[in-house]
Amino acid sequence: MIDTDVLIVGAGPTGLFCAHQLGIIGLKCEIVDNLNKLGGQCIELYPDKPIYDIPAIPECTGEELTNNLIEQIKPFNFKSHLNDRVQEIKNENERWIVKTSKGKEFLTTNIIIAGGVGSFEPRKFPTKNCEKFEGKSVLYSIKDKSIFKDKSVVIFGGGDSALDWAIELSKNSKVTLVHRRDEFRAVPASVEKLKELEKGKKIDVLTKFSIKDVKGHEMLESVEIKSDDGDIKIINTDYILGFFGLIMQLGPILEWGLNIDKKLIPVNTESFETNKKGIFAIGDICFYPGKLKLILSGFHEGALAARGCFKYSRPNEKYKLEFTTTSKAVKERLGVKE
Amino acid sequence: MAKIKYIEHNGKEHEADVSNGLSVMEGAVQNNIPGIDADCGGGMACATCHVYVKEDWFNKLPEKSEGEDDMLDQAYKPNTSSRLSCQIVVSDELNGLVIHLPEKQV
Repeated sequence: MIDTDVLIVGAGPTGLFCAHQLGIIGLKCEIVDNLNKLGGQCIELYPDKPIYDIPAIPECTGEELTNNLIEQIKPFNFKSHLNDRVQEIKNENERWIVKTSKGKEFLTTNIIIAGGVGSFEPRKFPTKNCEKFEGKSVLYSIKDKSIFKDKSVVIFGGGDSALDWAIELSKNSKVTLVHRRDEFRAVPASVEKLKELEKGKKIDVLTKFSIKDVKGHEMLESVEIKSDDGDIKIINTDYILGFFGLIMQLGPILEWGLNIDKKLIPVNTESFETNKKGIFAIGDICFYPGKLKLILSGFHEGALAARGCFKYSRPNEKYKLEFTTTSKAVKERLGVKE
Repeated sequence: MAKIKYIEHNGKEHEADVSNGLSVMEGAVQNNIPGIDADCGGGMACATCHVYVKEDWFNKLPEKSEGEDDMLDQAYKPNTSSRLSCQIVVSDELNGLVIHLPEKQV
């Protein structure tokens, strides 16, 4: 079990800067995020889009902002746990035991939820029957491509993941690519390669079609697709793969007994604590009168939540504001020499 | 200003007066009309403000933004009448617009 002062849920800009504030005041923290990299929405949704409203930074991209925040918290050597999601919490002797979906356990005095709109998860097929085969023959990601060897695979989607996998799997499998329109949003080189493979009859491409249903008993047998004009086709297949991008889901946090209103968590504006003692919420996920969903607000909220955590983690000490320009203790934590 | 009718998937109708310059998404959110999540807040970075616009109105709307169809690929059950409501800017010309909300966004 990992013992810490604070567990931060969500490694977007708000969570990362909050870690910085915790480091400055001398608390330990661990960060959990469902994505495979730090940065949250900034890195997943708009890494290349310029942002113009970060104080004192006239312009930077989501990726640059993330990299700078990572650089800024480096001195503290905080550990991040990526590709993992907080699952359940239990209160024990005024502290929280937190379990993740991968089975990690934390013992922490405070939890700071900086989860944005939720964790990123693949968008699934809208067809109810797909659930029966999910994880076996209906897949949303590929861990081991060898399972498709000499099998037939129907891939849905028009982005990079769909095309990259269609091209890759066409080497050893019978691949059909189904997309809802004629245009593909994948990089031009992949689209060109796809056209070439289609011409050479290595891949079947069906556009203006979407999924209608799947059939099968123990194993998936076929997938039924429907065109915009109502044409129906049935394709016999061993696997279907869906690549429709990621959606955000609040997930297990909903079960923690927190007050939740319209997918947001109400907090006080002194420490951004929720209705549960020692659980704080900051960034896009929190709500209070006047709340602005801006990164700069998340920074402010993180700074105050960090002080709120101090109160519980160091009950016998009085928090004293120290400046990074002058405080010897803070400079030591930052590892800067006088 | 335009009067916009939002029809939920279950048939429940809501009417709202939406000021010019706001998006159809903002019109719904500000009037507490359910069915539009708008997770990214209108940045065309998610697909959770997806709506359907029937043909009579679809062709009268300003054209789709660049990249809008790319995002719609990632929506729940998109079809040929799909739009992202954050990309439809309200003007007097849209008075009477009817918006159909999908069964769900995520």
